[in-house]
Amino acid sequence: MSILHTVNKSPFEKSSLNSCLGYAREGSSVLLYEDGVYGAIKGTAIADKISGLSGVKIYALGPDLKARGVSPEKIVDGIEVVDYAAFVSLAAENDKVQAWV
Amino acid sequence: MSEIIKKFMYINRRAPYGTIYAWEALEVVLIGAAFDQDVSLAFIDDGVYQLVKGQDTSEVDMKNFSPTYQALGDYDVTKLYVEKESLEERGLTLDDLMPLTYEDEDDDWAEKDSIKLMSRSELAAIMDEQDILFSF
Repeated sequence: MSILHTVNKSPFEKSSLNSCLGYAREGSSVLLYEDGVYGAIKGTAIADKISGLSGVKIYALGPDLKARGVSPEKIVDGIEVVDYAAFVSLAAENDKVQAWV
Repeated sequence: MSEIIKKFMYINRRAPYGTIYAWEALEVVLIGAAFDQDVSLAFIDDGVYQLVKGQDTSEVDMKNFSPTYQALGDYDVTKLYVEKESLEERGLTLDDLMPLTYEDEDDDWAEKDSIKLMSRSELAAIMDEQDILFSF
């Protein structure tokens, strides 16, 4: 059973992303959006944690990255930038959605 | 007009778009600037994200208020303290921030940087010197 985990809080203010990564099992997906996209920036402690995960696909919402001035070259390798339509597809493709609000 | 000038510090600790704090702080700073006080802004924790350059909100239906920081110099708000540790924890450097400047009337209107990079302990000392702290 695949789960789409969504995170919309900054990893530096809330423990949502950290908890989410602890629960993301192989075959599941994590989508970062709103302030959650700050977790996608290279060179932080949380970025190392994301890079260290295996079998979990990480996505970040492009419009939210753009709003916050996070350019593509600043994003951790392996994270896929997606648009709103892909967000909907991910929610539909997975069996469940867990929102780490 | 006012006889007593007090030191006002606005402390910004939130990212710009996920909550309304950053925008509200900017509103209050601009209102407060009319009262001729000694004003400074501190950017700590996620507050440093407010100053990141290249913000483009065209795809999220929100107002991009980052250009407003450029106007602060015209309101004599020229001390924007950015905490070094907060930048580093977030994988950012000064180069990732908007260049913000003001014209110094006491120095033949020379253009100077408004952003001042401070260590946590330096900023704590400056915070200690203030009369009033506004927390956002």
